[in-house]
Amino acid sequence: MANFYTDNEDIKFHLGHPLMEKIVALKERNFTEAEQYDNAPRDFEDAIDNYDKVLEIVGEICGDIIDVNAEGVDAEGPQVIDGHVKYAPGTQQNIDVINQAGLNGISLPRKYNGLNFPITPFIMAAEIVSRADAGLQNIWGLQDCAETINEFASEEQKAKYLPRVCAGETCAMALTEPDAGSDLQAVQLKATYNEAEGKWYLNGVKRFITNGDGHISLVLARSEEGTTDARGLSMFIYDRNSNAVTVRRIENKLGIKGSPTCELVFKNAPAELVGERKMGLIKYVMALMNAARLGIGGQSVGIAEAAYREGLKYARERKQFGKAIIEFPAVYEMLAHMEAKLHGIRSVLYETSRFVDMYKTYYHISKERALDKEERAEMKEYQKLADIYTPLQKLFASEYANQITYDALQIHGGSGFMKDYPIQRYVRDARITNIYEGTSQLQVVAAIRGVTTGQYAKHIREVYEKAAIAPEHEYLRDKLKAMTDKLEAATAAVAAVGDAEYTDFHARRLVEIAGYTIIGYLLLLDAQRCDKYLKSAEIFIHYGEAKVAAHTEFINGFNPEDLGKYKKA
Amino acid sequence: MKGLKIVVLAKQVPDTRNVGKDAMKADGTVNRAALPAIFNPEDLNALEQALRLKDKFEGSTVHILTMGPGRAAEIIREAMYRGADGGYLLSDRAFAGSDTLATSYALACALRNLQTDLLICGRQAIDGDTAQVGPQVAEKLGLPQVTYAEEILECTEDKIVIKRRLERGIEVVESPMPCVVTVNGSAAPCRPRNARYVMKYKYARATQELQDANEDYMNLLNERPYLKITEWSVNDITCDPQELGLNGSPTKVKNIESVVFQAKEAKVLDASDEAIDAMMKELITNHTIG
Repeated sequence: MANFYTDNEDIKFHLGHPLMEKIVALKERNFTEAEQYDNAPRDFEDAIDNYDKVLEIVGEICGDIIDVNAEGVDAEGPQVIDGHVKYAPGTQQNIDVINQAGLNGISLPRKYNGLNFPITPFIMAAEIVSRADAGLQNIWGLQDCAETINEFASEEQKAKYLPRVCAGETCAMALTEPDAGSDLQAVQLKATYNEAEGKWYLNGVKRFITNGDGHISLVLARSEEGTTDARGLSMFIYDRNSNAVTVRRIENKLGIKGSPTCELVFKNAPAELVGERKMGLIKYVMALMNAARLGIGGQSVGIAEAAYREGLKYARERKQFGKAIIEFPAVYEMLAHMEAKLHGIRSVLYETSRFVDMYKTYYHISKERALDKEERAEMKEYQKLADIYTPLQKLFASEYANQITYDALQIHGGSGFMKDYPIQRYVRDARITNIYEGTSQLQVVAAIRGVTTGQYAKHIREVYEKAAIAPEHEYLRDKLKAMTDKLEAATAAVAAVGDAEYTDFHARRLVEIAGYTIIGYLLLLDAQRCDKYLKSAEIFIHYGEAKVAAHTEFINGFNPEDLGKYKKA
Repeated sequence: MKGLKIVVLAKQVPDTRNVGKDAMKADGTVNRAALPAIFNPEDLNALEQALRLKDKFEGSTVHILTMGPGRAAEIIREAMYRGADGGYLLSDRAFAGSDTLATSYALACALRNLQTDLLICGRQAIDGDTAQVGPQVAEKLGLPQVTYAEEILECTEDKIVIKRRLERGIEVVESPMPCVVTVNGSAAPCRPRNARYVMKYKYARATQELQDANEDYMNLLNERPYLKITEWSVNDITCDPQELGLNGSPTKVKNIESVVFQAKEAKVLDASDEAIDAMMKELITNHTIG
């Protein structure tokens, strides 16, 4: 009788963020759909109540079924039978229950039988699912492929595929190949157009494809013969009903074992072109990736939540030297930092999801009618914010999920190293989060522009620094202002050297300085709405302040000529 | 096959599964305030069997019939969230204090208002644990009954095949339709609430719940008639008032005791055939088994 939503007031807290009112009004087109659809909300409160009730279903299923199945799923994993994936029995049961509960097509329009929820509650559901079984999130969460279909495919394709996703069919995004991982420009899977039939066919191999045997796959393929770069790649939809792709093997992974990671062989597989030719990587995969990175943020927060709870529980129960180990400074300090980091990554996750909601909703409205000048400006502003916050939240959420699971295992001592406690699974599951959908190093590449162009600093100065806060919290803002000063000074110092490689070398430090400052501010703002978060704000800002000082020290004390000493052949 | 009209008999009960110290009042009656009101667990198993038939035979409908105070409409909504089409709340002071005989009489009278192909209910409710209401309803309506059902294996217009879970095994039986089926807790668990149904039906209300409703809500109710949960009082059914409520209830509770089981001693066996053999003999001798 566990409920992973109602037992966690932090999620509901973010559902109550002031910007939600605008997001919901836009998403619901001022609640005009209530006349047409019996499950559409009539006003803002009604909509929030819907999200709340649906998340309660997610929480109940996750607490009572998915979490209970997780250990078995981790042990059994999926298999390949006759070229197709068979999920572990627990995974199949989880999927069946999720489908019965109608938890598919959450953010898709009602005309395709979607729930038309904003991205924010969808990511909340992702967080809850991941707390129960991170590997299942890889299967269920891939419904965000449908979001890309909704954004870029033809009306005919949308009408064909989106209702199927809403009915519970699963998706996959087939991008990676043996020689094209982080560098997707090198994709070679061949797409050939048969003039006589007016049809595209795919041939080649894909590797590391999560849920590769899903019903509907988005496939990146080379449609322009003779090309070698991104401009020769297009995006296709492959329908499993065509039965022209086989699963050659499933990888044996360290974690998220319930999620089948497939090697796929395409043999004259019929496929439909999505959008325009040559825009596959340049436009569509970027959109797909950004959505997926937000999903990984949710997955990371969910795993971190599960691990923090296990660490806290063990520290309270375990007695050594005559008392519970939670009473020792070495242990409670770990827990305090874990909790502050957890609150911090959740806050930056939902700040990002709200930016994405604002931008995407305006984007969809712009397809229905012309936006006025103010709306256009707002869409542009939120698009920029979504672009710089998405890699930042993915970087911090995934790295902290690793740190939190690591510390939670440490609290377990020797028992944590045994496979007897769930913490061992969380540690393994967390390890992929800072690797896939772009490694942390690549998130830094995406985020550094926000630093060098001064966009993070601008948003900090203009929005967070000016937000109304209680006078007794000003001392925290003073610290954050000093951190922002350091961000600007360090950025200028690195830029002054005028060497792109030198900027790359310090990029992670600079992005992290921005991140500590932003997360510190978000926790301070959370504390304005709820006292509970003041402690986390204080602990995190103190921690971030020290981290920023260390990074600044490193940058300031670094002689650019020393860069050569770090180079390896 | 044409769609079936299925009625599920269900009861809202105090959650007696996690009983604390304050579960009973000093006078020996159940302290309902201390226990959350829930959908009787085996009635949820019954609902699942009904919904499976609805999934299988297009055009079928599933309705809940429950007797209780106004707040019992909650379980009708709960069933609608899982796929039921609606329900009937049988609610009147005249029904208060009913034992199983009076309850089954009232339910049978209400069921005569409805045209039903199949009646399904849980084996028993966790507050009384009598397992009498389902069979008594069948008797009063002159219908065949199949108790302890675990799964409905086949169903046609005139017969139904059911797997029963009995103490010493399983039994597959066939019954003519219509009939009454009581479902065991060992049957498939009920499906979860469905997101779309929750959003569609969350404003469904029975008449008694409308007392504080504002104009805005009443307008909504007129626009969406499916939000009205049918409520029947004693005047809406054909019955003999003497058979209802306390008057119609021969059962009188004399005394209720809270019995707490305690394991006083444990017996440790070594993993040998001899030890297990000895224990089996002991259990047979003292009639624990056999």
